[in-house]
Amino acid sequence: MSTETLDMEKIREDFPILSEEVHGQPLVYFDNAATSQKPTPVIEAITRYYTQINSNIHRGVHTLSQKATDAFEETREKVRKHINAEHAHEIIFTKGTTDGINLVASSFGQHFIGEGEEVIITNMEHHSNIVPWQLICAQRGARLKIVPISDKGELDLETFRKMLNKNTALVAVNHISNSLGTINPVKEITEAAHEVGAAVLIDGAQSAPHMPIDVQDIGADFYTFSAHKMCGPTGLGVLYGREEWLEKMPPYQGGGEMIKEVFLDHSTWADLPHKFEAGTPNISEVVAFGTALDYLNEIGWEAIEAQERDLLEYGTARLSEIEGLKIYGEADQKASVISFLIEGIHPYDVGMVLDKLGIAVRTGHHCTQPIMDRFEIPGTVRASFAFYNTREEIDRLVEGLKRVKTMFA
Amino acid sequence: MTIEEKQAEIVDEFALFDDWLQKYDYLIELGKSLPMIEEKYKTDDRIIKGCQSRVWLNAETNDGAIRFTADSDAIITKGIISLLIQVLSDESPEEILNADLHFIDEIGLKEHLSPTRANGLLAMVKQMKFYALAYQSKAN
Repeated sequence: MSTETLDMEKIREDFPILSEEVHGQPLVYFDNAATSQKPTPVIEAITRYYTQINSNIHRGVHTLSQKATDAFEETREKVRKHINAEHAHEIIFTKGTTDGINLVASSFGQHFIGEGEEVIITNMEHHSNIVPWQLICAQRGARLKIVPISDKGELDLETFRKMLNKNTALVAVNHISNSLGTINPVKEITEAAHEVGAAVLIDGAQSAPHMPIDVQDIGADFYTFSAHKMCGPTGLGVLYGREEWLEKMPPYQGGGEMIKEVFLDHSTWADLPHKFEAGTPNISEVVAFGTALDYLNEIGWEAIEAQERDLLEYGTARLSEIEGLKIYGEADQKASVISFLIEGIHPYDVGMVLDKLGIAVRTGHHCTQPIMDRFEIPGTVRASFAFYNTREEIDRLVEGLKRVKTMFA
Repeated sequence: MTIEEKQAEIVDEFALFDDWLQKYDYLIELGKSLPMIEEKYKTDDRIIKGCQSRVWLNAETNDGAIRFTADSDAIITKGIISLLIQVLSDESPEEILNADLHFIDEIGLKEHLSPTRANGLLAMVKQMKFYALAYQSKAN
């Protein structure tokens, strides 16, 4: 069942890097969970910004500054719409998902995580959604609790529910696991957490690129993701925060647009969202990210999801043909990520040979060491697909893996 | 043989290979065939952690020369380590400290030297030099 909804030839032409060669072989790029490739309109938007409207925003009275400000704020509105936030001022531009999580850990943590209280994370979090909580828990004298995962790579929701109590200050969970591909039931998690009065942060780094997000439907208090994983520029992310929390939270960093008035002995803070956007932001990136969202919307999220589902199904079936290959992460609800090991061959060795064949996969622990410890493995080989990937590329991966097996036999 | 001569020998050997496949096959063979470290030395304090694979490195002195033994869980890494050991082992601390290991680049495995991809390869060279420094200070 190949998807006919996307004009793959045209889409692939939109991404210049896909016609590059690596070690004399046509590139197969299967490291999309790390970062996605960029289509020409996004690349051009960056150039256009610098050649036509480059200027600092929000402060200038001159025309360029106004144009840059408008373009910047237009993206904020596009993001609001994309994740169905109630207000545009609930959209904070950050450096990325990690920055968004650190903002919440630091700012929310200072005010709303008290001694003896608890923060719940899961065994399948990326290091970025573990370490900031370890830091703030240590600072505030709070306790970090971990939701276990099953052999299939699904969260143990029963244990999670038992962990919740009136001391739970916050639950931080990823929407989709970068290592296992598991899609977590975030709405259910949020509902359960809210019953005990806990706030919920969702790490959407791996979900925002693959599906439309509805933060109100999910009931998320915080939702954070990165632009570079969804065809946008690097160094930019989004933190959505519910107005009532953002209003109560202290600023994260000082300086620039986050200020209302400064006196030598005290200062007052700007209104949302500027309170959390200190310094000159990534203007060109924000503007180009608006173009990335337009691009994705134009392709259509249904078509994106269909293509990626097809790649996951086809890839899982084809990789399963390889003897001695074991897939890690077999959740019923799964995104287009296949993490695997070939018996007796180290993931690094697999990755090095695939690279010589022009195939880019990720190897190692994917910054989720606790998952690797959970499965008692050193790491995995991870192929993560985007809508611009094809079945033919998966065939090349399968051929490559057969070659790996011969070499290391 | 000096460190320079040993490097030259490896470079000559690799010149015989036509493509990366043969080079990797050779590294895999080296990695598989060399028993490089005694099990009792595969301890946590001898481990060099990289993002990609683990490397154990041990050093002992023998008549003023340092003898290295090592292992890794990844075979290509193990093959490269065996090259490093071939070059640096049984040399004096001074020779090791002054060694310029240009051969890895010259045999077309430069990519293994990049800090993140090195799998601890750079860390390993550093650790070997660190051992040399430690033995040198002890001798003085």
